[in-house]
Amino acid sequence: MNASMPIRHTQAESDLFDRFEAAKPDLAGSVAVSALREAAVNQIRDRGLPHRRVEEYKYSDLRAFMKSAAQLVSKAEVTNAKDLLAAENLFGDLERHKLVIANGSFVAELSDIEALAAEGVTVTDLNDALAGEHGSQLLASPKTGPCDGVVALNTAFVQGGVVIEVADGAKVSKPVELIHVATSSGAQVTRNKVRVGADGSLRLLETFIGETGEGELNAVFDYDVADKAFLATTRLIVGSNDAARLLTTIATIGAEAEFKSLGFMAGPRFARNQQFINFTGENSEAKIYGVTMAGGSDLADQTLIVDHAVPHCNSREFFKTVLDGNAKGVYQGRINVAQHAQKTDGEMMTQALLLSEDAEMANKPELEIFADDVLCAHGATSGQIDEDLLFYLRARGIPEDEAKTLLVLAFLSEAIEEYGEDDVTEGLEARVRDWLASH
Amino acid sequence: MLEIKNLHARIAEDETEILRGVDLTVNAGEVHAIMGPNGSGKSTLSYVLAGKEDYEITEGEVLFNGENMLEMEPDERAAAGMFLAFQYPIEIPGVATMEFLKTAMNAQRKARGEDVLSIPDFMKRVKAAASHLNVSMDMLKRPLNVGFSGGEKKRAEILQMSLLEPKLCVLDETDSGLDIDALRIVSEGVNKLRGPDRAMVVITHYQRLLDHIVPDVVHVLSKGRIVKTGDKDLALELEKNGYADFVEAAA
Repeated sequence: MNASMPIRHTQAESDLFDRFEAAKPDLAGSVAVSALREAAVNQIRDRGLPHRRVEEYKYSDLRAFMKSAAQLVSKAEVTNAKDLLAAENLFGDLERHKLVIANGSFVAELSDIEALAAEGVTVTDLNDALAGEHGSQLLASPKTGPCDGVVALNTAFVQGGVVIEVADGAKVSKPVELIHVATSSGAQVTRNKVRVGADGSLRLLETFIGETGEGELNAVFDYDVADKAFLATTRLIVGSNDAARLLTTIATIGAEAEFKSLGFMAGPRFARNQQFINFTGENSEAKIYGVTMAGGSDLADQTLIVDHAVPHCNSREFFKTVLDGNAKGVYQGRINVAQHAQKTDGEMMTQALLLSEDAEMANKPELEIFADDVLCAHGATSGQIDEDLLFYLRARGIPEDEAKTLLVLAFLSEAIEEYGEDDVTEGLEARVRDWLASH
Repeated sequence: MLEIKNLHARIAEDETEILRGVDLTVNAGEVHAIMGPNGSGKSTLSYVLAGKEDYEITEGEVLFNGENMLEMEPDERAAAGMFLAFQYPIEIPGVATMEFLKTAMNAQRKARGEDVLSIPDFMKRVKAAASHLNVSMDMLKRPLNVGFSGGEKKRAEILQMSLLEPKLCVLDETDSGLDIDALRIVSEGVNKLRGPDRAMVVITHYQRLLDHIVPDVVHVLSKGRIVKTGDKDLALELEKNGYADFVEAAA
């Protein structure tokens, strides 16, 4: 049954092949990188865009959603990018370093390269790295990522990005915001490589501003957390974009290290935040949080695979989803525990709050355990706002809308607070209020 | 202040009739106690006054300072001065008690067209009220009622009542779950709020609460109607002889 039957390509797939032919001469990279790009396009040619018959995309059928594919976005005018940055500031007054990627390409002149250098952080344009001797290594992802259709789409078309290297022992004092700016319509495909050296520490904020029109946004973040290092990443996927928002995390965690992430989604028509977390050293910890809001006919998907390949690691996964209108939420979380990964402690929880009759949540927590001495738990709940809570608040004079806001905020804040990056809490709660005010 | 006329109410879901013609008038400055056996409709009466949607009014009316209270939303009733101290205060995870108090006080002020409280003013009021009720700052930082003991929950209710300064206080079995000391603290808190402009309806099973909060009028509610009205001695009589006399009289 494995004989490959050529598939009938959709309009979007044909558009993608045209796009590849048109863009090929300009796409960065060594000969080896070009070969990886070709292979990735061929994967899409053979299998099509990820669709509902692929288990990982059962609830988020990208193939059905993408009716067509726009061309890659053209280079941004720096002044336009600057204007947009001034107009849309997602973290207000928060003290931070900024790195800017506009229309898929790193913009050094808008980035705080020198300030970061002073803190022991080296920032390189991804395209320079791709052209180099080890370029292809940047696109060859560790095990859980490469067969994924969204990652293949990224590998084929990646326009640019940054390589951030935190020196051993460097503890970056302020968060670094990696801002992706879209100044004009078109698909935007980026990849960022972040390496936190041994005993180093970095807090990263990942934001996306501007409209990509009909073009999809595809960003892959490849993190390497060395021994005893710390990395926290806050990813904000907001705004009412009509084209797909496809975000991927690939994390490799060394020994005695800590990795934390919060994926915050509110607004896009079709958004998927997928994470592949790999433990490669013992006594490490990963804490993965998700806060999702979707209304109208939005689809919001949080998918993750946490791979406990080594013993003595802890992982915590805590996801909260609020749905309104006809929105659909998806949570797929899998914890794999290899046979020798004894003393693994994994705790996964996903909770959804449905504000309307027609909203729908697909909760799929999974454990795949081959070791016999582990602590693993998972849970999933879906419910409505508790009428008794609502009545209590209203009986104290709080109008219904305000009472609902309070309860939704309380529900989502549990994850934001446990994530515990206090300097971003206020900004995130403001986004929750914004979303509630517009729904 | 409060006029209840021939009030009939039933549970919306299964149409069980609970209140079968309640008549009650409470004037400003008065404290009325409503006593009665289990299932007589005491809690239903308090929920109907607060505006819980689980009940349907089939007949009668409720006037609050001359206004038809049954047409008002629960939050409008609260802003107009109605306060229900819940028999079972609800736990609200994720909402810090302090934040909740501020939101409630300011929501009512906004509804009445008053300015919202400044943070220092708000803090001053909370600290003063909390110290009288033996409510710690630590408790105020915790999520509302979450992990509070029975006594702490009731003290938190009375704290809310003092801060919101309602015109009409309905206390639904505020004595349940309280030990003697807690009962004393809560009662003192309630007595502090007695005044010529404020009316109170104290719902209770037992006479002992009425030793602390001495009522002007005592009513006996049975099978959804008030079957007997008297002064505070009526409560003592009930304590001695039980409800049997009145329940049978009503049948």
